[in-house]
Amino acid sequence: MRQFLRVAWVVMRKDLTVEMRTREIVYTTVFFAASCVLVFAFALVKEGKPMEDAAAAILWISIAFAGTLALGRTFERERHTETLRALMLAPADRPAVYVGKLLGILALLAIVEAVLVPMIGLLFQAPLFARPGWLVLLLGAGTVGFASVGTLFAAMLVRARSRDVLLPVLLYPITIPVIIAGVRGTAAIVQSVPDEPVARFWAALLVFFDVVFVTLSLWTFEPLMTE
Amino acid sequence: MSRLFLPLTLVAAVLFAAAPIVVARAPFEETMGLVQKVFYYHVPSAMLMFVSALICGIASATYLFRRSAAADRLAAAAGELVALFGLIVMMTGPLWARKAWGAWWVWDARLTSSLLLWMIFLAYLLVRRYGGPGSEKLAAGMAIFGMANVPFVYVSVNYWRTLHPKTSVVMTLGPGMRGAFWFCVAAFLTFYALLLTVRKRLEDQRARIEHLYLSLDEQEPAGLPRH
Amino acid sequence: MKLSLVSIVMTVFAAGSAGLAAQPVQPGAPPQGFVPVQSLPQVEQLPAAPLLIAAYALVWVALILYVWSLWRRMKRVERDLADLQHRVRQS
Repeated sequence: MRQFLRVAWVVMRKDLTVEMRTREIVYTTVFFAASCVLVFAFALVKEGKPMEDAAAAILWISIAFAGTLALGRTFERERHTETLRALMLAPADRPAVYVGKLLGILALLAIVEAVLVPMIGLLFQAPLFARPGWLVLLLGAGTVGFASVGTLFAAMLVRARSRDVLLPVLLYPITIPVIIAGVRGTAAIVQSVPDEPVARFWAALLVFFDVVFVTLSLWTFEPLMTE
Repeated sequence: MSRLFLPLTLVAAVLFAAAPIVVARAPFEETMGLVQKVFYYHVPSAMLMFVSALICGIASATYLFRRSAAADRLAAAAGELVALFGLIVMMTGPLWARKAWGAWWVWDARLTSSLLLWMIFLAYLLVRRYGGPGSEKLAAGMAIFGMANVPFVYVSVNYWRTLHPKTSVVMTLGPGMRGAFWFCVAAFLTFYALLLTVRKRLEDQRARIEHLYLSLDEQEPAGLPRH
Repeated sequence: MKLSLVSIVMTVFAAGSAGLAAQPVQPGAPPQGFVPVQSLPQVEQLPAAPLLIAAYALVWVALILYVWSLWRRMKRVERDLADLQHRVRQS
């Protein structure tokens, strides 16, 4: 178990160290997410007032799109530098490598969300910080659900043809329930009178998805990644 | 063809020919009247969509973990049938809903999750076709997540407030309806078994062709003349 | 380019959705139970028979098209197989 965690930690540190050298993926992903927000802002704002629940929807859509991009680019970098093969050849538990990669993606998405949340709160006058505990729980659980499946699929698509378009094609039908739960939960706490029981229901559902998806991903990562 | 093929075809043909008669003689439903009779084709198709998704998922897992090529061929066949029966469900449902609910489509839990399940298996077919070499593994990963979705779709109608009838309807059918319904289930099931067998055999033949091509290549290496 | 099941399915669905999207929508029935009535007011009556017939017809068409697609693919594969077996026996 300790070995497992050590491998995961080392893999994550490697990813973050490489990223911090150029910060390419972080900057471009955050900027992309911000552009998403603006695009949707024009689509969902009528006569200067945003539609109901627009803030929650835009937040999660931007996370989904930015996340897809970040996943693709992170693994593209691995493929380009041929480090994925090195990772697979290392005498380490494959699921531990998966967890390490997942933690790296989660760190990246956390940065994106840290920028997005205040931005959306400001642009849409949405009280996203009314219930910060619930917000963190919903964002955390939702991001884990999305990223767990995303990391698995992005890793397994590294050698596939048409991998750029196949990642969203495969990822979205499976993670849309996570997005739905995230949006409905966030919308519940952003209302003028925050609806905590509803938020709790959706948060519980998100945790359920997380457990199922992480378990399935850990179970299938090894056979999916063999040559 | 296997010995089962001919009797299976006959049984399926007879059952299907008799189905409209059986359905016509079933009693009307009190509130929905004539249009409720779509039920006799809609529900068996949905049941087969679920069954096929489960078969595809289990076969995919067998392929991934036991490296059984035959299991992969069965998964390919079952995956295509999920798309077919899903299409039938998605076409007959809205036609019924237009009359019963006044709308072609509503975004409730059952309809949304069924649509996602169907899309997961459409993505499965896309990846098999366009994923390039090694796409069988990618598709297998997808199918496992798709299979995990099936119980969720099934219970969604019991846990959420939806327009869609609950799962208890099937078990509490009246005597007249019960006979017609299970007759149609038998007809569809027989036909499904037939389709699955034939489709799997198509995959088996394709595999044999590949095998023969490879052995031909070994016997006649390119560029060397044969005399 | 051969017409695979996927492209047939996509086309049918796209066509169906386009047709469906063009229809006006009435407000849905209340989710809590059905209220039995003896007869609907004239203005709300929507003939059920065309919908029922369309549903059954679509099921039959879909199944027949699929069986035809299977048959076509099977024929092609068996022809290729016979061809190959002939060549293997010759060499």
